[in-house]
Amino acid sequence: MTATEESTGHFGPYGGRFVPEALMAALDELEAAFDAATADPLFAHELSELERDYTGRPSPLTRARRFEEHCGGARVYLKREDLNHTGSHKINNVLGQALLTKRMGKSRIIAETGAGQHGVASATAAALMGLECVVYMGLEDTKRQALNVARMELLGATVVPVETGSQTLKDAINEAMRDWVTNVNHTHYLLGTVTGPSPFPRMVRHFHSVIGTESRKQILEVEGRLPDAVVACVGGGSNAMGLFSGFMDDPQVRLVGYEAGGEGVETGKHAARFAVGAPGVLHGARTYVMQDEWGQTVPSHSISAGLDYPGVGPEHAWLHDTGRATYEPVTDAQAMEAFSLMSRTEGIIPAIETAHALAGAMRLGRELGPDSVIVVNLSGRGDKDVVTAAQWFGMDIG
Amino acid sequence: MNPRTAAVFETARHEGRAALIGYLPAGFPTVDASIELIQTMFAGGVDLVEVGLPYSDPLMDGPAIQQAVETALAAGVTTTDVMRVVSEVAPAENQAVVVMSYWNPIERYGQSRFANDLHAAGGSGVITPDLIPEESGEWIEATNAAGIDRTFLVAPSSTDARIDRVASACTGFVYAASTMGVTGARDQVSSAAPELVARVRPFTDAPIGVGLGVSSARQAADIAGYANAVIVGSAFVRRILDSPDIDSAKAAVRDFAAELAAGVRAGGSLR
Repeated sequence: MTATEESTGHFGPYGGRFVPEALMAALDELEAAFDAATADPLFAHELSELERDYTGRPSPLTRARRFEEHCGGARVYLKREDLNHTGSHKINNVLGQALLTKRMGKSRIIAETGAGQHGVASATAAALMGLECVVYMGLEDTKRQALNVARMELLGATVVPVETGSQTLKDAINEAMRDWVTNVNHTHYLLGTVTGPSPFPRMVRHFHSVIGTESRKQILEVEGRLPDAVVACVGGGSNAMGLFSGFMDDPQVRLVGYEAGGEGVETGKHAARFAVGAPGVLHGARTYVMQDEWGQTVPSHSISAGLDYPGVGPEHAWLHDTGRATYEPVTDAQAMEAFSLMSRTEGIIPAIETAHALAGAMRLGRELGPDSVIVVNLSGRGDKDVVTAAQWFGMDIG
Repeated sequence: MNPRTAAVFETARHEGRAALIGYLPAGFPTVDASIELIQTMFAGGVDLVEVGLPYSDPLMDGPAIQQAVETALAAGVTTTDVMRVVSEVAPAENQAVVVMSYWNPIERYGQSRFANDLHAAGGSGVITPDLIPEESGEWIEATNAAGIDRTFLVAPSSTDARIDRVASACTGFVYAASTMGVTGARDQVSSAAPELVARVRPFTDAPIGVGLGVSSARQAADIAGYANAVIVGSAFVRRILDSPDIDSAKAAVRDFAAELAAGVRAGGSLR
């Protein structure tokens, strides 16, 4: 990818803007505001103060000594984004975009959410900065993530259940786009991941790059060398992009993303875009899309609402094609095994999304062997998933 | 401009009126019924029909069209069916058929293949609501080679520079979105529409059609006072959704088309 391509919003053939003309002015405005903000030391200062005093950054890098016994002798480090305020990496991006919203003079944010993590983070930032907040969430997801719906409402946000299509994340994004095109004058669409039209993919990556920057510094401090691999789960791909960005220019560091293999890629019930998807256009960008022979989006499936999405960030598509990063599916069952193991060996209940990355680390550690070093993005905590996990493990929680 | 589209606007100009454009998704409520309904639109006085290609993620559409395309997709409508609808509606002289489609189905089908098959089916153009000229390099070549018109959209939020870019890339009519929002009938068409049309004029000699929210003969007459075409979609779809069977749907579509046709002939005089 050349700098020129990125400045037009492309990553190789991916990315770009496939949007109604009505949104072009808003995207141009956002891009100008973002570029001006990143060139402004005051903005960086304001954001880093919030990250330190509100989010609680830097997040620790924790050696997982008991968990790594199941990882082929690899030394496994967890980047603890679960310890951020609101319990996941999502806060990094929303604080940046909420500050931008104020700089653009807009008073209302809208957001989509799958697992609810981004919705909660958006509602939080809106409360902090005095912005109106509306969160679109698939009806199916409001049921499996009822706790997060309540959190958003307690924070003063309005949650709108989306009953169209498959009633999951992709339909929530459709509905958010419809709202945005109607109310764009005073509304910012606080997109929660590295998907969508330019400048969202590079902007959201920028706000999460703190994950990679901190991780690189921390691992050099404790290990005195770079890791052999950094790994993360990939739904839209924001936590992965944040971690990967810190190691992009270290060719000896493998970048590995784990996407939802659902009930198994062979069953068709999964969200393994790189396993079965093909390049296409979804939600404003060209990327890998799960689609049928006619270009209709195929519904995805995952036990994890946050990975249950038929598209993926366009930069991941480019990293996949160039071979700089690799992507593998992890099934529901593999993820839940890692979920249980992390809980019982480290006293950390991870988000089910994150559990996919942990299962990936177990697999990769066995491949890389003893004395290898792996950094896993522990992207979120699993409180929101307790009911789903209890059902999976057949527990009776009344 | 494709000769069929040109004939539509030439006839309207000759008759001193705006053209009437109607929209209906292919395969709604069934493929065969959509063919009959489109023929009914023509019989009622519609000059040009936009055949919608149903898509799984219609993020520019409001509830009526969402419901219609979900029905069509659930019944398994494909791009091949859309081509069949275009070829079987057989518009008369001075009538034309274009396809309205979100981008991914066209890219998946193959851009040249789509343009060529549409031309072979008798279609005259394609409207792409989520494609901007900057992403259209291959599409411009494919449509030029096939002799198919391209229509892109301008919106009230478009800057003059963007209006210039979009209008220059259109080879059929220019689609002016009357309002900021999604498709769906509105009681009033935004006051932004006349201003937008006036801003587009200096950049193109192409006809300008106004759509989004047009739902009555009176609105059609208003728009006919300043635009070259009046575009009505959701209001047709709503009438079909509200009809208990295909015969009453056809009657409702025919009556509504006739009302609108009278509207575009009244120009601004129904005010």
